Amino acid sequence: MLIANRKIAPPDSDRRWKIVDATMRKQGYSPTALIEALHTVQEAFGHVSGEALEFVSESLNVPPSKVYGVATFYNLFNMVPLGEHVFSLCTGTACYVKGSGEVLEFMKTEYGLEPGQTTLDGSLTFMAARCVGACGLAPVMILDGEVVGRLSPDQMKERIREWMSHDE
Amino acid sequence: MSGNTTIKTFVIDGNPVSATESETILDVARQNGVNIPTLCNMSGLTSTGQCRLCMVEIAGSNRLTPSCVTKPEEGMEVVTESPRLLKYRQMILELLFSERNHICAVCVTNGNCELQSMAQRLEVDHVRYEYLHPKFKVDGSHPKFEVDHNRCILCGRCVRVCDEIEGAHTRDLRNRGIQTLVITDFDGPWGESKSCTSCGKCVHVCPTGALAEKGKSVAEMAKRRQFLPYLVMRRKGASK
Repeated sequence: MLIANRKIAPPDSDRRWKIVDATMRKQGYSPTALIEALHTVQEAFGHVSGEALEFVSESLNVPPSKVYGVATFYNLFNMVPLGEHVFSLCTGTACYVKGSGEVLEFMKTEYGLEPGQTTLDGSLTFMAARCVGACGLAPVMILDGEVVGRLSPDQMKERIREWMSHDE
Repeated sequence: MSGNTTIKTFVIDGNPVSATESETILDVARQNGVNIPTLCNMSGLTSTGQCRLCMVEIAGSNRLTPSCVTKPEEGMEVVTESPRLLKYRQMILELLFSERNHICAVCVTNGNCELQSMAQRLEVDHVRYEYLHPKFKVDGSHPKFEVDHNRCILCGRCVRVCDEIEGAHTRDLRNRGIQTLVITDFDGPWGESKSCTSCGKCVHVCPTGALAEKGKSVAEMAKRRQFLPYLVMRRKGASK
């Protein structure tokens, strides 16, 4: 297929596009390399931008709407740059039953953050995950990659306040 | 059809029926005049089992089974109508009504709407859930058509017809759960889509008034679907 072999130029001269291209080349620019390619974009850039979606879509011959659908379906990909610190709260069934909803409210009232939002100064991003697969530790929250579980909602709030005062 | 086709015999609502290997329970039911309710299913497009209206009971199993994606087995006993099934089907419709703004009185497909006629058929006379009243923007950027997400039931017919029949795959679904939305290309305005061929197939397979031709007023948008069986037939002929 000739069409599949055409080389797509990266959006700009940023060297990170080469990493993305290498991932796609390893998979022979197969449409099935979509998630793999998006992972590489996410790792290299910290977020999946519109131009990255376009680059991947054209390189792999995957329809734009499908690329966009996949990128927005998975929580691992974020379309806007994340803040310096990332707080993820599991809102899966087990965690919800154990009171993660209360912490969700807390984030709203205390820091004014809805799930997916970042503070104006770019210091903190609040994410709500569907399920992190650690239901035995419910309720689970992830503070910059550190999984914290088995705390009561009040203890969680305390822990978040502590964690938030790190940089001060 | 090849010479040695396996035929399976089973029972739908007490009547013995037979199916070839490729047929689903829904296919066979329709051939035998049993009209199982469906919304997302459309003859000629891939079945996805999304709407869950075609759920049937199978003797020996407690679970309900989506008939549009289930192949019959020899000796299977299928029940397509029961108080339990009606309860769940009504519940599904009520949830659909509560999720978006399905207000027939101001809808272009009033009187031609599959959601509306299904609700009438299954005698949904009230909705016991709170209406969410989302405020989706209407996209009228396309010169010929418009999309009103407030009337969308996310059946995915437009996505499938665009991918499988037109081959453009302009549409897809973004996000998940309550945030799910039908998008064109990179979630841009329909009128600026580079992949859309403006063929209008999505508009005419849409079961509700979510996709409509411009310039239609209340109850004026009847859908024409005659093109689909013919295109499917041609497609099959081409692949042989």
